[in-house]
Amino acid sequence: MGAGTHPAGDNTMKTQNQRAWFFVLPVLLLVAFNALIPMMTVVNYSVQETFGNNVFFWEGLRWFEQLLNSDRFHAALGRQFLFTGIILAIEIPLGIIIALAMPRQGIWVPVCLVLMALPMLIPWNVVGAMWNIFTLPDIGLLGYLMNHTLGINYDMTQDPVAAWVTIVTMDVWHWTSLVVLLCYAGLVSIPDAYYQAAKIDGASNWSVFRYIQLPKMKQVLTIAILLRFMDSFNIYTEPFVLTGGGPGNSTTFLSIDLVKIALGQFDLGPAAAMSLIYFAITLLVSWLFYTLMTKDDGK
Amino acid sequence: MKKRSLIPILYILFLMLPIYWLIAMSFKTTNEILGGFSLFPQTFTLDNYRTIFTTPDWYWGYINSILYVSINTVISVSVALPAAYAFSRYRFLGDKQLFFWLLTNRMAPAAVFALPFFQLYSSVGLFDTHIAVALAHCLFNIPLAVWILEGFMSGVPKELDETAYVDGYSFPRFFVTIFLPAIKAGVGVAAFFCFMFSWVELLLAKTLTAVEAKPIAATMTKTASSAGYELGLLAAAGTLTIIPGAIVIYFVRNYIAKGFALGRV
Repeated sequence: MGAGTHPAGDNTMKTQNQRAWFFVLPVLLLVAFNALIPMMTVVNYSVQETFGNNVFFWEGLRWFEQLLNSDRFHAALGRQFLFTGIILAIEIPLGIIIALAMPRQGIWVPVCLVLMALPMLIPWNVVGAMWNIFTLPDIGLLGYLMNHTLGINYDMTQDPVAAWVTIVTMDVWHWTSLVVLLCYAGLVSIPDAYYQAAKIDGASNWSVFRYIQLPKMKQVLTIAILLRFMDSFNIYTEPFVLTGGGPGNSTTFLSIDLVKIALGQFDLGPAAAMSLIYFAITLLVSWLFYTLMTKDDGK
Repeated sequence: MKKRSLIPILYILFLMLPIYWLIAMSFKTTNEILGGFSLFPQTFTLDNYRTIFTTPDWYWGYINSILYVSINTVISVSVALPAAYAFSRYRFLGDKQLFFWLLTNRMAPAAVFALPFFQLYSSVGLFDTHIAVALAHCLFNIPLAVWILEGFMSGVPKELDETAYVDGYSFPRFFVTIFLPAIKAGVGVAAFFCFMFSWVELLLAKTLTAVEAKPIAATMTKTASSAGYELGLLAAAGTLTIIPGAIVIYFVRNYIAKGFALGRV
């Protein structure tokens, strides 16, 4: 974890040294260039109206009021939370189960790790394109199996439920390995002595999990949940390539809606206001998760 | 074989199915793909790959992507190293706030920054260059690299630093010859993640380029929409984008598991 997250005792080990700022300066400059200037642009747009030609009018907080009362935004936000909720509910338990079942040593460990990490290293639009090809109703492997072998009518360009199931399956395919790798790293760090002690005490598999493995995984699980929350909440490319937000608006998540407004309709003011609210929600929820999951650490 | 080893096997099978399908498609002719369903390529063809390796538009896409990803990885890791050292060893004014602020940038949706980034990089004259994409990806890669490296560095006892100073090492010499080798697993893991997130990102890379530095992913999107339904070609291009990732994982395979456990990532 980071410097900002150590329990208080840890910090007394460090020496006070203001010159450390020189070490941080390059990072600070690079990130500030990339974060502060664009953020100021967004704030600037969010309170103005433009009709092109670089002419702007002061609008105050009108865009924010409009957005917070708009059904379109509420719907996109609702879909986004539903999606992220489903993703976390599936990927976290599944990741833990797979990590627990993985071999601890031997030649199969690197094979498993390499194969599992593979989906994470495929560019996001290729992931979308790959699942598109995979699910085409008559010529894709999954589409063909569903429609012709199992006889289930499956076409995600027509059916919102099929589109949702496909996007969720795609994300589980894409990202569960991240949870597996993190949990696995937590598990291999448990010394054998713990298991032997548990065996002597006659502990059940469940108590080994509950009192030895789960506490050891807590830190990596915090990271896994945070990363999965942020990334699934910001998801754009994969659903955009796979469904384009459709059918209708059924898979238009926040990012997709935002890009539609900003680059499609060129409504810079409303898009900027939406960006700020979107970012604020991500920050707030991440902070809540983080505080909840680490509140016992200081004790 | 125990019953529980079935779980990873089934999971890996599930992971491999769509990848198999992509690879199988890339060896089929367009006629065969559109003609109907076939589990294996009936008329095995390398034409799709031949097209990619002989069309500058295609292979430059790969070169561009690899260029900006490499530049980004080098920049991110090299500026993150001293910063992570400062965070793990010293207390200074505003350190906690700064660390948290860095992490918040990892949370920003790329869609939020697309348009402002376009304007920013156009105004400084870097639009459509490799360095623009590499710098833009620093936004989320530097915080991650600092986070990972700080974890690894805090795992190295402070006595190592003190002993080196007593022995008369200067700071740069200590850092390069003693400290870096002690955290080389961390550097590997950090570089791996920087490579990964820069390689897979498309939205910003596409926004910041037009012709000269266009990433492979953008070439694919263009083909998908303009050339009609060339699924075989698209599948071949997709298959080729998996290879750099596979090579990188192979090199860090031993660090991934050990690395996560060592560093408090």
